[in-house]
Amino acid sequence: MSAGIELDNVCCDFGKFRAVDHVNVNIQPGEFFSFLGPSGCGKTTILRMISGFTEPTEGVIRIGGKDVRGQRPNQRPTALIFQNLALFPLMTIWENIAFGLEVRGVDRAKRRARAEELLALVDLHDSADKMVSQLSGGQKQRVAIARALAVEPAVMLLDEPLSALDLKLRQHMRAELRAIQKRTGVTFIYITHDQGEALAMSDRVGVMSQGRLQQVANPRDIYNNPVNGFVASFVGENNILKGDVQSSADGMASFQTAIGAFKARLPATATGALKLYVRPEHMLLAGNPGAENSVPVTLTEVAFEGNFISVHGITENGTVLVAELRNDGTATVPAEGSKMHMTFDARNSSILPDSATKGA
Amino acid sequence: MQDLLRRYGAGLTAAFIGLTFFWLVMLVILPNFTMLESSFRPYLAKVDEGGPLDTYSFGNYMKIFGNEVDFSVFGWVIPTPVRVKVFLLTIFYSAVVTVIAFVLAYPLAFYLAKIASPKSLPTLFLLLFVPLWVSEILRSFAWWIILALKGPLNAVLMQLGVIDTEIRWIAGFSPVIIGLVYTYVLFMVFPLYNAMQSLDSNQIEAAEDLGSPWWRTHWRVILPHAKPGIASGAVMVFMLSAGSLLVPSLLGSTTSGWFTQTIQGIMLDSQDWNTGAAFAFMLLIICTLFVSVAMRVFGVKLSDIAK
Repeated sequence: MSAGIELDNVCCDFGKFRAVDHVNVNIQPGEFFSFLGPSGCGKTTILRMISGFTEPTEGVIRIGGKDVRGQRPNQRPTALIFQNLALFPLMTIWENIAFGLEVRGVDRAKRRARAEELLALVDLHDSADKMVSQLSGGQKQRVAIARALAVEPAVMLLDEPLSALDLKLRQHMRAELRAIQKRTGVTFIYITHDQGEALAMSDRVGVMSQGRLQQVANPRDIYNNPVNGFVASFVGENNILKGDVQSSADGMASFQTAIGAFKARLPATATGALKLYVRPEHMLLAGNPGAENSVPVTLTEVAFEGNFISVHGITENGTVLVAELRNDGTATVPAEGSKMHMTFDARNSSILPDSATKGA
Repeated sequence: MQDLLRRYGAGLTAAFIGLTFFWLVMLVILPNFTMLESSFRPYLAKVDEGGPLDTYSFGNYMKIFGNEVDFSVFGWVIPTPVRVKVFLLTIFYSAVVTVIAFVLAYPLAFYLAKIASPKSLPTLFLLLFVPLWVSEILRSFAWWIILALKGPLNAVLMQLGVIDTEIRWIAGFSPVIIGLVYTYVLFMVFPLYNAMQSLDSNQIEAAEDLGSPWWRTHWRVILPHAKPGIASGAVMVFMLSAGSLLVPSLLGSTTSGWFTQTIQGIMLDSQDWNTGAAFAFMLLIICTLFVSVAMRVFGVKLSDIAK
């Protein structure tokens, strides 16, 4: 049983500070949805409002179509996995997992059986009678997931649960979480500041900044078609050039910058002060100038990173451009100091405004 | 030691060690040892001290028996030596005081540790401490006045129409219990506050998020975490209550004998320090045993309390 979640014009104020500003989003039942943003952007506040620890100042939250205003966390069909997991250290593992069932008056034998089942689900056999302190970080993670699943929530809320783990384990747990979500079909709402996590796991991602939802889209669109400069630069790297639109037609525009005129995509939503964004991996290096979108540069820094080669080039007026060349095994490493041309495809570059000033 | 010498030099180091030594030997070991030693010797006239009558025995300790009176426990009437009866009642009512202090302190400590805003904490603590600035004697007298037959408490209750005739509060053990709870409740509040403050608030929220009603969160998460604090608060309140002389003397009635009053009578009225010392040691040892047993029953280790 999973439920959809609807945030309808939700705001949350702490004193004079507006932590969440007119957020509208409709999360589908069974969806893996991530809120991605830097710390302090309001994503944890959204999670606490959905779970019931904080009430929105304005707006309505609906879980499974029902307005949940005034319901305490223990009355909502949500289960929250805390950033520090908040396992109960004085209970054994199975008591931790079965706590939600104990609350619901399930008898001891049934609780134990269900806890064992969930331990098997999260791949943690033979740990039922251990104490929390005897487990490793990744194992604790699984116990927290099992404890949340035990109450059969319609919605699982995860507050950066992987941030305390080391890199290897984090990547492993990503796949694990995704698999558990697929198996159980529960709606997952995931909070993170790690773009890799958000892109790799989610069906859809909502990018947040300063309490506002900047863009909601699937991971490909977030990365390939960001709606503004904040989304473009928070998710991935960019060469950013200031300038003005000269002319535009059919979603493409000619953009005049200090280092020349470039052709790039101009989304219909882009208004106000605009900049040109080109990702380093879309920047190509060539011996001769191309037909369009080409700048002569002198290479100042060449770093062989293994799977790619990072190249810094400086233009005549001193602008630094970065290109990342994929290493397919035959790529030649260009020499520092050589004079070359950096070019990019107009379809792989965007002219974008800085960030949304009103809730999207 | 080497570290101390290097850091503070010979003079200060000698002062530290000398003062610690003085405190331990002169103020703790020597007086207690003198008391212990004299508790085994009979109370004799000055001329007989050191003579053939001055031998070690448990005679003083045995004086707790004798003078049997009827002691009614749940309807059973058991003939009991009067001093044993006083002793047992002291232990019992000290335990009652401890339980009442816990019941009062728990919500207060929880409020201070988890609900009150950090900004208001200094003010709240100040309010808790202010009564301690007044001497214990004055505070006990204040209660004596409040509880008096024509005192403010009865006057207010009469005025509000809660009671028709004045209640004689100062009778039996109730005024002693009230006085002791009032005097020692803070010794319960602070260990409890410390223990609860160290509890990660996320655990309380996690319990609630899993559907737990507030009382179960307290029973399964907060109370177990606060157990060492409860234990150290309980030990403190119990020991201080059982050893209190002032409150039972001021607020007690003719029917509320406290064992410390028995000891006082023997030491000051009868001038029999030997028997008084024996009774004092009995109180100390049996209270310690009682506390150890209680700790074993509730599964608390001494090292938990020290935390």
